[in-house]
Order: sequence, then structure tokens, then C-alpha cells
Amino acid sequence: MTPRNRFRWRVMRVLALCRWLRGGTVRALRLGAAAASSAPPSQVRQRLGPCRAVPCRAVPCHAIRGGNGLSSPVCALLQDSVTVEVLDHLERLALVDFRDAEGVERLREAVRFAERLREVNTEGIEPLDSVLEDRCLYLREDDVTEGNCTAELLKNAREKVEEYFVAPPGNIPLPELEERDTFLKGS
Amino acid sequence: MAARGCGGVWRRALQRGPGGSCSASRPRRAVACNARGGAVPVGQSGLAPWVPVVGLEIHAQITSNSKLFSGSQVQFAAPPNSLVSFFDASLPGTLPVLNRRCVEAAVMTGLALNCTINKKSLFDRKHYFYADLPAGYQITQQRVPIAVNGSLSYSLCIDNKMSQMVTKTVRIKQIQLEQDSGKSLHDDARSQTLVDLNRAGVGLMEVVMEPDMCCGEEAAAAVRELQLILQTLGSSQAIMAEGQLRVDANVSVHHPGEPYGVRTEVKNINSIRFLTKAVDYEIQRQIKELENGGTVVNETRAFDSKLGCTVPMRDKEGKQDYRFMPEPNLPPLILYDAKSLPANVNHQQVVNIDWIHERLPDLPSVKRAKLVELYGILPEHSFTLVNEDGLMEFFEDVVKRTQMKPKKVIGWILSDLLSHLKQHSLTANESPISSFLLADLLNLLENGDISSSAAKQVFEELWKGEGKTPLEIVKEKQLELIQDQEELEQICQAVIDEREKEVMAIKEGNKKVINKLIGLVRKATRGRANPLLVKQILEKKLSE
Repeated sequence: MTPRNRFRWRVMRVLALCRWLRGGTVRALRLGAAAASSAPPSQVRQRLGPCRAVPCRAVPCHAIRGGNGLSSPVCALLQDSVTVEVLDHLERLALVDFRDAEGVERLREAVRFAERLREVNTEGIEPLDSVLEDRCLYLREDDVTEGNCTAELLKNAREKVEEYFVAPPGNIPLPELEERDTFLKGS
Repeated sequence: MAARGCGGVWRRALQRGPGGSCSASRPRRAVACNARGGAVPVGQSGLAPWVPVVGLEIHAQITSNSKLFSGSQVQFAAPPNSLVSFFDASLPGTLPVLNRRCVEAAVMTGLALNCTINKKSLFDRKHYFYADLPAGYQITQQRVPIAVNGSLSYSLCIDNKMSQMVTKTVRIKQIQLEQDSGKSLHDDARSQTLVDLNRAGVGLMEVVMEPDMCCGEEAAAAVRELQLILQTLGSSQAIMAEGQLRVDANVSVHHPGEPYGVRTEVKNINSIRFLTKAVDYEIQRQIKELENGGTVVNETRAFDSKLGCTVPMRDKEGKQDYRFMPEPNLPPLILYDAKSLPANVNHQQVVNIDWIHERLPDLPSVKRAKLVELYGILPEHSFTLVNEDGLMEFFEDVVKRTQMKPKKVIGWILSDLLSHLKQHSLTANESPISSFLLADLLNLLENGDISSSAAKQVFEELWKGEGKTPLEIVKEKQLELIQDQEELEQICQAVIDEREKEVMAIKEGNKKVINKLIGLVRKATRGRANPLLVKQILEKKLSE
């Protein structure tokens, strides 16, 4: 994908985040007609975006790299919508670690950036669902073409029992805020 | 299984057992059925009536060769993790590719349930963490699903004798396509979970029903009807025991006129019978809780089939926040109809709603109506024929091969054959008596070669499945009707001579006693006498 489309893709992600934060919908601006490359769809393509969240401590979530990366005092966090409760909730839901005030500031910058889109009048304009909206959703025939690679799949599993993956007995929830010693530990 | 309606009103009639919550005694309903389902005014007990509200969310596994977004096979009970592709295991670098057959199945189901098919529907991600969801999210359709605003009609019996059926309707809120998760096997001994991803990524249709039902039996009847529809369409085999049809019930209670109460979700229901029990138990539990001054917590409960009660499943999780987000890897799904079909298009890439609509098979309700019209049987009978696997085909086979009228054949099918099948837990396809044999037997009866009680004896012999034809059995056991008038008269005379007391009673005017004599003649002839003829002969003799 071209850098321009990668940028657009990232904006979509941030808009989704803002939408979630506000609990409502944010109308997106139609971003021009230029579509992604017209290569035919194949089943395995270059995967974009940040690494998949895994159920353990991950790197701070990367939003838009823009604005000033200044760290603010912790009390500034309590202003506007990015409160301590929201950060705790996000950490619990997405298992990301904001680590320090800089991480949080990056989040607030991203929200601020996307909020600027509200200045645009989108009255009567259909929201953009996907930059792929002018592409046909490719329909695959109902044939069996994959599978039977058990050994390969289990190759990287740390623990396995007779061709099953092994997982802990249930979700291990994040400890409550009071008991957590890693919340914003960098600040 | 035809269900009984509940009339929409419950009163707390549960006897308090020593155990409390999971007592085995079935609560008795204090009020007789009100077919219209309205609330009945307060009765003698003085307690205000409760109106239960039941809504269902049903997940049906789509019958297809491959999964919804990948090319792995869909098969029940295969070696663990053998039907898993890189996409199903959520390995980086993989993307979803939609299966055309799953789209067609969802459209068929939507059309059968009178839904509006959305020509443009969107896919979303629903995020939550669990070991059997390797991606950490499920691709579903939350904003704009493939079908909305439908209805499902189902029938209930409102009394025990199955003689009066009432039709009810439940509204369908939406039907959406989504991925199934893998399977977790909990190994408590070693404190670990074993994960099998064979099921991960299989296409599901989620049918969301509005809370229009009021008791377990209504819910069960609705699910049974949906099961029949899905099986008829072929979009899903809907076998609950194999997990192809999963039902979650949302249950709440409130007083008439007041707003809806807090609802709980009941999961882990593995059969239609358990669905009835689970819903009824939950309604009773909530009524008891509220009448004792407690409150109902908005939680998820699991149904424990052994104890027959619901237990809380997750603790203190509160409302799950799924952070829905549009699926960025899938553009909108566009469906066409005859009018909007673009010219010069690759037919493989296009799903035409009208084309599918023309090819829909006869739905169960249509089949029932046709049976009633074609064969002149009662609606309740056609309900049972369509309800039981393979019974309708069996009945039609027999009717084709016999001269007996369908109205009489149905009696043999529903009382004799079906009761034997149920006793041995067999379906009509597994019956030891084939439709040929039964037709032969009924022909013998119809032609007057044997009496109906002899026919029943032959039926029992045939059931043993020893490969003999009805004619052979009749000859072997000498069950043919006695055609010789004189022989009959002799036997009747013998009975009259034996039973002086009964003869006296008849002569004194008690006509009913003649039936006893007819019965004795039948026993003496081992069912080989035509009852009407016997009665004539006896009456003639007794009047002499």
C-alpha cells in the first residue's frame, strides 16, 4: 500500500478510537477518490498496522506521530476526556500499557487531531466506511483449499498436549488499579 | 414436540423445598391458559401477576464446505487443529476472503423469515480476549447486518390433548453473518485449557429475536420451527446436540403496565427440552427473588442440566465493552436483485436476491397446509408429520401404495407407528417396519381379509423386524377373518350358552353388555371375527 493510503488507514483507526471515546459516531470526511492499488486480491497480503495485542504487557499504543511529544504533569491527565478511569479501562480492555505521561500525551494528541475533523461540515454526507468502498467485495467459491497443517501450526506453541494448544484455565484479569504497580509507572 | 402455551401470566406457586433454589419439584402454574396471551387479573392469592419476557439469540452454523473467511474444511469431530488455516490461527500476514455460499445461506434464511435483505451490509470487529479467539476479535455485522425486520410464526397446543393449536409470531430483529470461535476443553485437574481451532472461523448466522415470548414452551416451539426451516432450506443442519444450533435466552419479569425488568442471559442450553426448563426455572427464580424483596442482577447465567437450575457464570464482569470497529479489511457487501443487476458482470461474483427467492423450497408451514389440503387430515396431524423427522415422507409413501383412505392411514401412523418409534427412540427412517410393509398390512385390512385387532397383532410381529411379509404372518398365525357364516354362528352360540348371566342382563334391557360378549367371541376366535358381523349374529340370536 502507498504511504498515503497507510496514513489514511491510520486515520480510520484513530477515528474509530475517538468514536469509542465519545460513545457516538464521528463523521469522516470523504478523502478523495484515489483508491488503493488495483492488484487482484490474494489470500495472503502484507499486513499493516501495529503489532497484534497479546495477552501480556505490550508496547505503548502508537497513534498518530505528530504534534509535540512533550510530557505533561500527571494532574493534567485529569482534564478533558482522557481521565484516569478511561486509561485504566483502556488498559484493561486492550491490554496496552501507556507506561508514562508521554504515552498518555500521545493519546491525547491523537484525539485532539481527530477532533479537528469536527470543524468540517458533514451535513448530508454519507460516512466513509472503508477506503475500499469502491471495490467489489470478492466472493470466494465454497471449496476446501486449506488446512491440514497441524504440525506447522503447533511448531511455535510453547506448550502443547496431543495436538491441542494449551492455555491458562481462564482469562487472567488485570489487577484493580489500586493493586497495580505498573500503571503509568514511568511518570 | 408440540408445546403448550402458557398464557403469559405466572404466579409464584412453587412450594418451598428444604434445599431452596434448585429443588426438583416442578412449579405448578396457578392459572389456566389464556390463548391470547394477555395478563389475567389478580386472583385469590392477592399477589400481583407477573409478565415474563423472553428473547432469544440463536447461532446457527452454516452448512458449507469451507469456512466463512478461509478455505479450511468445515467438519464435525476431526483430529484437533487439522482443519485450521493460517488465517483461522490468526497468524500475521493473513486476510479474510468471504465465502459466497455463506452469503447465499444467510440470504435464504432472511427471505424465509420474511426479512428485508440489506443490499449493502458491513462487517465489524467485536473485541474480547479469550483463548479460543486467537485474533482477539470476532468479525461480525453489528452496524448494518445482512437482513433485518422479519417474523417467525410457530404453533402451540393450548391444551394437553393436542386438539387445539394456536399460531403465534415472534419478530426477528436481524440476521447477521459472523465467525465462530474455537473450542476450549477445560482440564481442571492440570489447571489448563486445551484449545482446538477446528471450529474457529466457521460461518454462523446469528438470528436475534425480539422479546415477544413469555415462557419456556413458546421459546421451545419457536426454536423448533426455526430448526425445521433451516433444515428445509439446507442453510444449516441445526442439530443442537452437535452444537450447530446454539440458543441463548434473555429473561426478565415485570408487572403489567410497568417498564421491563432487569434481564439475565441464560447460556449453555443443549437441547430444546432443556431450553424449556431453563427459561421456566429462570422466570421462577426471578419472581421469587423479586417477591422476597431482592433484585435481579444483569448477569450471565449457565444452565446446569443435571440440577435443572441456572447458576451465575461470570462474576463482577459487568457490561462487556466490545469496542466495535469497522472491519478495515472488508469492503461493504453488495447484494443485487433483478432490477439492480449490472450488465456484463461475472456471475460468480454476484449474489442475486431474486434468483435465490425463486428457488426457495417449500417451508414447513406451506408443507403443512399442502398436507391438509391434499389428504384431508387435521392441522394437528400435519403438524406432527412435519415435526417428526422423515414421518411425512413415510406417510406419503404409505398413502401412495394403499387403497386405505389417508384419514385412516394417519391413525396408524400417529398412534401405532409413532408410539413404537418414540418408545425405542427411533426416527421414521430407522423404523423396522418399512412403508411397503405397512402399506401391505393396511391393504389386507382394507380388503376385509383381517380384522383391525388382527392387524394390530400383525403390526407387533412386523415390528420385530424378522423379514416376514404381512401375508406370511397372517397365514402363519391363522389370523384370517372367518368367512364361514356357520362357523361364526357356532362360536357365538357357544359363548351365549356359557354366559347365562350376561344373556339375562341383555334380555332385561341392558344393551351394553353385548359388547362384553363380542369381546369374548373375539378372544375365542383370536381376532379372526368381523366385529360387526358378530354383533349382528349375537343380536339375532338373543332376540330369538
